[in-house]
Amino acid sequence: MPTGEHRPPPHGRFQNCTRLSRSRIFAALVAACLVASCSGAGVLDPQGPVASAERLILLNATAIMLVVVLPVIVLTLAFAWWYRASNARAAYRPDWSYSGRIEFVVWSIPTMVVILLAGVAWTGSHDLDPAHKLQSDVRPIRIEVVSLDWKWLFIYPDEQVAAVNQLVVPTGTPIEFMLTSATVMNSFFVPQLGSQIYTMPGMTTRLNLLAERPGDYPGFSSNFSGDGFSDMRFLVHAVPASEFQSWLARTRDEGSALDAAAYSQLARVGSNAQIQTYSSVDPNLFERIVQQSTGLATSPHKED
Amino acid sequence: MLGKLSWAAIPFDEPIQMAASLMIIVGVLAVLSLITWKGWWTYLWREWLTSVDHKRIGIMYVLLALVMLLRGFTDAIMMRSQQAIAAGGAQGYLPPEHYDQIFSAHGTIMIFFMAMPFIVGLMNFVVPLQLGVRDVAFPVLNAISFWLTASGALLVNMSLVVGEFARTGWLAYPPLSELPFSPGVGVDYYLWALQISGIGTLLAGINMVTTILKLRAPGMTYMRMPVFGWTALASSMLIVAAFPILTATFGMLLLDRYAGMHFFTNDGGGNLMMYINLIWAWGHPEVYILILPAFGIFSEVIATFSGKALFGYRSMVLATLAICVLSFMVWLHHFFTMGAGADVNAVFGIMSMIIAVPTGVKLFNWLFTLYRGRIRFEVPVLWAIGFMVTFVIGGLTGVLMAVPPVDFVLHNSLFLVAHFHNVIIGGVVFGVMAGYNYWFPKAFGFTLDKRLGAVSFWCWLIGFYLAFMPLYALGLLGMTRRMQHYADMSWQPYLIVAAVGAVVILGGIAATIAQLVVSIRTRESRRDPTGDPWSGRTLEWSTTSPPPAYNFAVLPRVESLDAFWGMKQRGPVVPAERYESIKMPMNSANGFVTAFFAVVTGFALIWHIWWMAILGLACAGLTLLAFGWIERGDHEVSDEQLANAERARLRRMDPA
Amino acid sequence: MSAQADTGAWPNATMIARGGGGPEPVEIVVAYGFWIFLLSDIIMFSALFATYAVLSGETAGGPSGRDLFDLRNAAIETLCLLFSSYACGLGVLAVRRRRMDGFYLSFALAFALGATFVALEVAEFAGMIARGAGPSRSAFLSAYFSLVGLHGAHVTAGLLWLAFTVAQIAVKGPRDFVLRRLHCFSLFWHALDIIWVALLTLVYLMGAR
Repeated sequence: MPTGEHRPPPHGRFQNCTRLSRSRIFAALVAACLVASCSGAGVLDPQGPVASAERLILLNATAIMLVVVLPVIVLTLAFAWWYRASNARAAYRPDWSYSGRIEFVVWSIPTMVVILLAGVAWTGSHDLDPAHKLQSDVRPIRIEVVSLDWKWLFIYPDEQVAAVNQLVVPTGTPIEFMLTSATVMNSFFVPQLGSQIYTMPGMTTRLNLLAERPGDYPGFSSNFSGDGFSDMRFLVHAVPASEFQSWLARTRDEGSALDAAAYSQLARVGSNAQIQTYSSVDPNLFERIVQQSTGLATSPHKED
Repeated sequence: MLGKLSWAAIPFDEPIQMAASLMIIVGVLAVLSLITWKGWWTYLWREWLTSVDHKRIGIMYVLLALVMLLRGFTDAIMMRSQQAIAAGGAQGYLPPEHYDQIFSAHGTIMIFFMAMPFIVGLMNFVVPLQLGVRDVAFPVLNAISFWLTASGALLVNMSLVVGEFARTGWLAYPPLSELPFSPGVGVDYYLWALQISGIGTLLAGINMVTTILKLRAPGMTYMRMPVFGWTALASSMLIVAAFPILTATFGMLLLDRYAGMHFFTNDGGGNLMMYINLIWAWGHPEVYILILPAFGIFSEVIATFSGKALFGYRSMVLATLAICVLSFMVWLHHFFTMGAGADVNAVFGIMSMIIAVPTGVKLFNWLFTLYRGRIRFEVPVLWAIGFMVTFVIGGLTGVLMAVPPVDFVLHNSLFLVAHFHNVIIGGVVFGVMAGYNYWFPKAFGFTLDKRLGAVSFWCWLIGFYLAFMPLYALGLLGMTRRMQHYADMSWQPYLIVAAVGAVVILGGIAATIAQLVVSIRTRESRRDPTGDPWSGRTLEWSTTSPPPAYNFAVLPRVESLDAFWGMKQRGPVVPAERYESIKMPMNSANGFVTAFFAVVTGFALIWHIWWMAILGLACAGLTLLAFGWIERGDHEVSDEQLANAERARLRRMDPA
Repeated sequence: MSAQADTGAWPNATMIARGGGGPEPVEIVVAYGFWIFLLSDIIMFSALFATYAVLSGETAGGPSGRDLFDLRNAAIETLCLLFSSYACGLGVLAVRRRRMDGFYLSFALAFALGATFVALEVAEFAGMIARGAGPSRSAFLSAYFSLVGLHGAHVTAGLLWLAFTVAQIAVKGPRDFVLRRLHCFSLFWHALDIIWVALLTLVYLMGAR
């Protein structure tokens, strides 16, 4: 004979009503969060084809999984409530612990969901591979990206200009990024344009994005890189092609050259509050940074 | 003479750190003074510090975890409050140099010194009892494991008072963690503390695997083992397979920092990607090391309090072993954005999703255990139901991020942070809290107060949702992790809600402490005379509460799954006809002394005090040799003592 | 084997086959636990092997395996280890039969050969460092020194363990608990051989080409 007690616990009723209201609180919170995040910028507000595709996969995958997850949550709360010890109407089958049919269903449901999502993952990974060049009639623009401590340097190798913490790009034009880091690992990320990619010293990573509409899109580093990490913000100015040309012309006229001296000044530790542009760039600069042969120590950290 | 150590190591100019250091020092001194004043040293030394009893060691592990929960949670509250105020141009009250140490310490402490010891402690206490045997395979090694873990915890706490902690995040990616970018002692504190405790954990894993595979009561075939035993086995096998990778990886980073080598440096041909692969090859199994025993706890709790056998035992075992194996095949999903290419990313993404299948199976099996059960809402069941609802959300977001293109926009964001807290709090923390409430009466002879247990649960549950649902939203809005301040003012309301959530969780922790204090004060009213307060199904409930040092006077005869339930069905317990004397191992100071020297060695290495390091290492080695030379005696429990103890036990269980 | 076929003993053979035979005797438990430890040690070496494989080409403009490895030395080291293991095996057999003279002789030989291995390896390392090919020269050399060095450190620790165990037997006699540890030592010693064979192949033979 089991030696436990069977009188209902004193908080039975408290549990019951709060459980249902708890699920309502939870549903409200989730809904609020989703609604709130739809209204702002970020991942759910794509401004380019890469980000749009990624948002679509995100929403589809979530919806597919909710089909299983929501009933499971409801069933959990329902079973917990109905089969509470104080409910005399509920059936009690203490020795029932196996059912082949249920086992089959229980293995099949997650398997089928996973098969579906696996297909999405396979095609999505290939279509949205960051190194995958985007299909477009427009000639792509190349941009070299260097993460420093703690700022972003953008070099336009074909246009021979550079900018710090500001990325001006023409709309509707595929952008082919080549990225590296002068110091430690960072991650180049503009949520409204899509995928992020790590920047690593001594190596080049590749990313392909496109901004469809004109606008200002915040970008930042999404891999922690030290004390000044929170200031590694930049702005992507997507402008019509004509405006981009005039920006280029203006930049070539104003500012100074990004030569060795200017670069060593830039590479000094600190975050750049100001946006800076350079009217010309040493064409081998990016390659030298990747090869780590700039003559600068790769560790310009100040002592504690 | 003293290496890099000087008075400058003490943070006199940092008020917050000084205050924290003083609080810790005062706290430690207060505890030591209390023990001295009450004359408890002899008792402590004899009964706890030199104990090789798995039950005592398990309790000490859990105590360590609860203390470190306070430290890790303090870090969390500081992070939440900083982020709640540092919006727009505001810089908050924690400068980056300090904030970076806080989030690094928070992750390190919560994983290595809260979650791991809690899980290992519960496994230590419960598994030999559930298997119907007297102790683990290697009791002295067990003690050494615990004390090495405690040494690591001590070193991490010392970094607060003397020196600094790592500012690199809890996994210390290079090249940020290499000397040029982290010249201070912080990363060294991190590395040595984790190397020392890592050895302890590895030894504990070896011990548990051997115990479960080679020491079970007669008649307990593999398929009659309780599910918690299976999950403990899977978790321990993962420890044995994964922790050596951690040791090797940290060893290489240490060689870079101490001997100028080039494993992961920017120059000399080092490759930081190697570190990331190795550390996650350990890191992913690590999270399964934590969650599998938690799943096991839920299986026990749900079955016991539904008054019903666990649904689908074989499936559960199969699912557990599947998760164990699969957990080694998914590590790349932690760095999809490192640029491995579409094929590699897709394969690892799909493997990561496949793990969701056995996990889903487990969830359904718990659901069908509740079905047609008679559920008693004791505190452990609250945690179990809370887990079932919360964990699926975390699982959903996890499988979501296993799709590489989705991860490309969510990696390292607060969405990721919300996901892993969702599964770790909803899974591991809820699990260890359920296990704590469930097995407390077995360990101490009285149950915990129910009301305060329920308060703690509701605070944790509500606090968790308040603290982390906003983080999911923020991740979607584009906020990345580890930010000391941020420009976008529209994020602030979410972070304020999250800070409120953290305060609610603080209420939950306070309720747990209050529960313990109140329960001890009113323990007579909640005594457990029978040893079976919950109408249990497994063998630990067949002993007294607490069990005698030898657990079972006669090893139980196991005739079915849920062995104790079967014994109860078959009839009242009859005393054995005769008893054979038992040999139990004597206490040993080996663990405590070795750990002492480990702390000395670690501290010396951190501060480059070479003579002290060599001395400490030599003494640690000599301690092991000295204890190895002495033959450890056993002490005998005579058949008469056993007979008397058994008579007393049966009388308490059945006064008639 | 059906339950009816046996004498009604419990646990019966079927149950024992399924793991229900009760707690195993201490010799088995100790050896099994040590095997699990050895497996974990092999995994630690695997991490270093993997790192070596990745970094073996990163010579940073410095010397490579072809420039540095002396295969003759490696062959002598191999023979030392293999014969040391053989001597260890003979010693274990001798102590089982309580032939104590054979035991001491075999283990003295095992120790001497192991110590020769360590001496040769230290000399090799010292030579390389003197030529400017130390572990801080390049990633390849870091990986080489730590992989081979970790194995050498294990051999050194093994020699200490060996001396300690033989001393314990000399003073206390061949007691059960010491013999169990001797058995563990021999497992350790043979495992180091296996790791060395992998090392020899992947590092020396493949690196010297």
